[in-house]
Amino acid sequence: MQERLKELQAEAVQKVEQSASLKELNDIRVAYLGKKGPITEVLRGMGKLSAEERPVMGALANEVREAITAKIEAKQAELEEAAVQAKLASETIDVTLPGRPVKVGNHHPLTKIIEEIEDLFIGMGYEVAEGPEVEQDYYNFEALNLPKGHPARDMQDSFYITEEILLRTHTSPVQARTMEQHQGKGPIKIICPGKVYRRDNDDATHSHQFMQIEGLVVGEDIRMSDLKGTLEVFAKKLFGEDREIRLRPSFFPFTEPSVEMDISCKMCGGHGCSVCKHTGWIEILGAGMVHPNVLEMAGYDSKKYTGFAFGMGPERIAMLKYGIDDIRHFYTNDVRFLKQFAVEE
Amino acid sequence: MFVSYKWLQDYVDLTGVSAAELAEKITKSGIEVEGVEVLNEGVKGVVVGHVLEREKHPNADKLNKCLVDIGAEEPVQIICGAPNVDKGQKVAVATVGAKLPGNFKIKRAKLRGEESNGMICSLQELGIEGKIVPKEYAEGIFVFPADAVVGTDAIALLNRDDEILELGLTPNRADCLSMLGVAYEVAAILGREVKLPETNLEPAAEKASDYVKIVVEAPEDNPLYSAKMIKNVKIGPSPLWMQARLMSAGIRPHNNVVDITNYILLEYGQPLHAFDYDRLGSKEILVRRAHDGEKFTTLDDVERTLTSDHLVITNGTVPVALAGVMGGANSEVTSDTKTVLLESALFNGITVRKASKDHGLRSEASARFEKGVDPNRIRPAGDRAAYLMAKYAGGEVLEGAAEVDTLTVEPVVVSITLEKINRVLGTNLVMSQVKEIFERLQFVASVEGDTITVTAPTRRSDIKIEEDLIEEVARLYGYDNIPKTLPVGSAALGKLTAYQKKRRVVRGYLEGAGLYQAVTYSLTSKEKAAQYALEKREAIRLAMPMSEDHSVLRLSLLPQLLEVVKYNSARQNENLAVYETGNIFLANGTDVLPEEREHLAAAMTGLWTNHSWQGEKKPVDFFVLKGILEGLFAKLGLTDKVGYVQAHVEGMHPGRTADILLNGSKIGFVGQVHPGVQKELDLKDTYVFELSLQAVLKEKTDDLQYEAIPRFPSITRDIALVANKETVSGTMKNIILEAGAPLLKEAHVFDLYEGDKMEEGKKSIAFSLKYAHPKRTLTDEEVTKVHEKVLAALKEKTGAVLRG
Ligand SMILES: [Zn+2]
Repeated sequence: MQERLKELQAEAVQKVEQSASLKELNDIRVAYLGKKGPITEVLRGMGKLSAEERPVMGALANEVREAITAKIEAKQAELEEAAVQAKLASETIDVTLPGRPVKVGNHHPLTKIIEEIEDLFIGMGYEVAEGPEVEQDYYNFEALNLPKGHPARDMQDSFYITEEILLRTHTSPVQARTMEQHQGKGPIKIICPGKVYRRDNDDATHSHQFMQIEGLVVGEDIRMSDLKGTLEVFAKKLFGEDREIRLRPSFFPFTEPSVEMDISCKMCGGHGCSVCKHTGWIEILGAGMVHPNVLEMAGYDSKKYTGFAFGMGPERIAMLKYGIDDIRHFYTNDVRFLKQFAVEE
Repeated sequence: MFVSYKWLQDYVDLTGVSAAELAEKITKSGIEVEGVEVLNEGVKGVVVGHVLEREKHPNADKLNKCLVDIGAEEPVQIICGAPNVDKGQKVAVATVGAKLPGNFKIKRAKLRGEESNGMICSLQELGIEGKIVPKEYAEGIFVFPADAVVGTDAIALLNRDDEILELGLTPNRADCLSMLGVAYEVAAILGREVKLPETNLEPAAEKASDYVKIVVEAPEDNPLYSAKMIKNVKIGPSPLWMQARLMSAGIRPHNNVVDITNYILLEYGQPLHAFDYDRLGSKEILVRRAHDGEKFTTLDDVERTLTSDHLVITNGTVPVALAGVMGGANSEVTSDTKTVLLESALFNGITVRKASKDHGLRSEASARFEKGVDPNRIRPAGDRAAYLMAKYAGGEVLEGAAEVDTLTVEPVVVSITLEKINRVLGTNLVMSQVKEIFERLQFVASVEGDTITVTAPTRRSDIKIEEDLIEEVARLYGYDNIPKTLPVGSAALGKLTAYQKKRRVVRGYLEGAGLYQAVTYSLTSKEKAAQYALEKREAIRLAMPMSEDHSVLRLSLLPQLLEVVKYNSARQNENLAVYETGNIFLANGTDVLPEEREHLAAAMTGLWTNHSWQGEKKPVDFFVLKGILEGLFAKLGLTDKVGYVQAHVEGMHPGRTADILLNGSKIGFVGQVHPGVQKELDLKDTYVFELSLQAVLKEKTDDLQYEAIPRFPSITRDIALVANKETVSGTMKNIILEAGAPLLKEAHVFDLYEGDKMEEGKKSIAFSLKYAHPKRTLTDEEVTKVHEKVLAALKEKTGAVLRG
């Protein structure tokens, strides 16, 4: 009997080791350990044994049973692990295939430039002021020291609707309106972006509609040096810390003194190239100290208050910054163009 | 203004300052030099030659065989094709080895068997534009005066070894529309002296006023009229140097008298006019406004009809010149002129501008009157011209001038404190520095304590107020020397308004949803303006549009956005999603500003999802756009305030368009572009929306307040209904939510079937209903009670019943 049990154990262990699937293993379990299995059968014959032999045999039978069970469990774990590995292997995908597309759009390049400039000045304490695109002649010209018949009105031939109403030719009327609203009190620190219109034929460098962004600071003791410092911070932030600025005297009816700001040419590092017309400098914006007539017309005491203003064209800045060669691209909206202006440093 | 570097040296010593250096200095101190043109760069080997012999070329009719002395040991033979070449002439010869403009090299050549050792040049061949070459030499070679020295550099004689500075003048610096004005500016920049031109006149026995009487009927148009008389002039060519300078400035030489008036225009900035005194037919000059309809033939032989807006110079009866603009053919200087009446006057710029504009006669002269001439340079300019006419036209200048003078020239005196200058500029200048700047400018300045008082010269009419003085100080002190500071004081924070912030959220959201931002024109055509307008109003029209395509202000954004779709579709960008935010313009009546309303529009076409290798392709449809809108309103916290109703919008698909309602009012629409319109524009199925962004962004959102997350489980019940086809889901949903309140929290459609398995006119629609109570778990019985109510309400109001 004892031998029979040992024999069964050896036989079962061998079968377990040879088994190749969970099903086979289960069959072995049923065959050897089931109620109709040989071990049970052996145990059934225990009645013939003596009282001394019985517990010994019982213990042995359990031992055999446990050994087989342990062997089956070990094998089962082994087979299961293999099955998992096989399943995972069968699930392998080509990770280089494209992902499910998530659509993304982006800002129009002009909006991108304008928001960058807005944020830069917001960081310096400015607010963003907006105003109407259809303006009164008064705010567009007269309040800016451009009375009727002024020769400088020639410089910006305008789209009039009636004699008194026109499409604004610059965003400066927003400055005039803001000053008026402040009723002669300071301080004002605003940046005014928006669309403007001039009677130009659309070509590579002209557009009858374009963007402008202007800034205005009014307060007691605002100095030319403040303008210079502000513009330098702006230029270095927008174009890069390595750029230099210079101011050149210029003329605008609404500022006195008036200047134009150039930044050093990035292409040639200031040595002169075709981009900068061999001057080493690129014109970026116009600026100046607010003309006392403009302050007075808006209700400020020009003895007490001073201010500076500056204005620039986002198209020109975008063209310089991104190397765009034709202003019409901004208004054609070819999606192959629009796509190129994702986020950048 | 074109400034000759060589000519400028008549007035200012430019030793040690090259043209390029000068240009840089002028630019930095206020006048932009837009370019420096080196005339005849690289041109060499052109000398004055003397034509000793000329005969017909033996083998060519149109060619001449010339023997030319070029200052070499032997005269050379040159073949010349110019019709005007002749024996005895002094001509410009490009010798063998010479280089002409365009890098054209002269070589020894054989022309029809005859040797040619060089080329006799026309002015065009030396780089001078044909239209400014003197008429007599326009079709042939140029002939130098007889005293030109053989063998000398012809380029230098013609002033073609010069450099020309092109000044970009702003309207305030009309003073630099003259060589003298530029000389004062340059002298101030360099700290050097100005040398004035020669004007000394010999005393004469006869007086100008004996020959002519001046009457001015319109003194406000003509505050000063001064006429000098020059007798016995001999009309002929002006001196070569003068012709050369005129040509470098872009002016064609004519004859000595006319050239001198043009030369003075450039030198003094004062327009002059020379009349043939004998042709005036009277001894009177009467300045008056023209009669309406009065006829006058200008010296370009065009008959012009005048109005009372125009000022004319008359002989007492008929016009002889359009004041400040152009002379008349009837009194023009000709080769026979013996006596010249030389006009030097001040005409009102606005009157001159009107006349030059009306007759399309913008000239160097009219431009100077329009921008303002120096009132103290009118007589000196006349004297200088008379001096030159005596010298170069052999004339006798009569004593004095016949004049009418009602001009009062008040010098402008401005005082400013040093403290103010430093306060505005942010500098630490001392008074001696400031005074030195005004002295360099030749402004009279006196100092008393902290105050400097400056008398601006009349040539600088732009100097009027303190700030003008500050500008002079700033530009001559140098902007490079002004410190860099930041405004002090107010530490107010900058920020966007709520509206601006939300506008950025909208842009970010739409771009996150896959749409690109477009920017189109506000001006459009009348037809387009009316399309898709939310409010039907007459579009605002420009008084003088440049084209019909850009003649009125838009009432909607969609027409141009559809153009964007069309443009892109035609270029293989078929899957397109774009949006735009921008103003539309609603008229409020004449001379009142229109209402500007910010709109948002979007257009999408082609595939929405295109996951091609997995075979997933889904075209854009109505619900893609509606989903984007729902997301947008969710993002803005407006979901509960927004609704959609089936709508008819012109140009939109009648069955696939909904109005968008905010608090029950229409703010826009969403849907498919009408197939007819799509066909017209050559578009595939295109879905769009347009709405008043202003209405959306101005809608106040509720303050955010935390609401407890439900602690008790909800119960979900699904119902499948058979409903009439025309009963829209929105209506059913509202009935459900109303009947189920307050326990019913949510209801949404999860299935819809309208196929042929349904009875005619019916559809199957299934809703999922979610019930919950904030404070406890609901029982089945409670839910059933409410659920029954919901079903009853649906049946009663729409006839919908549970699907059997
Ligand atoms: Zn460069």
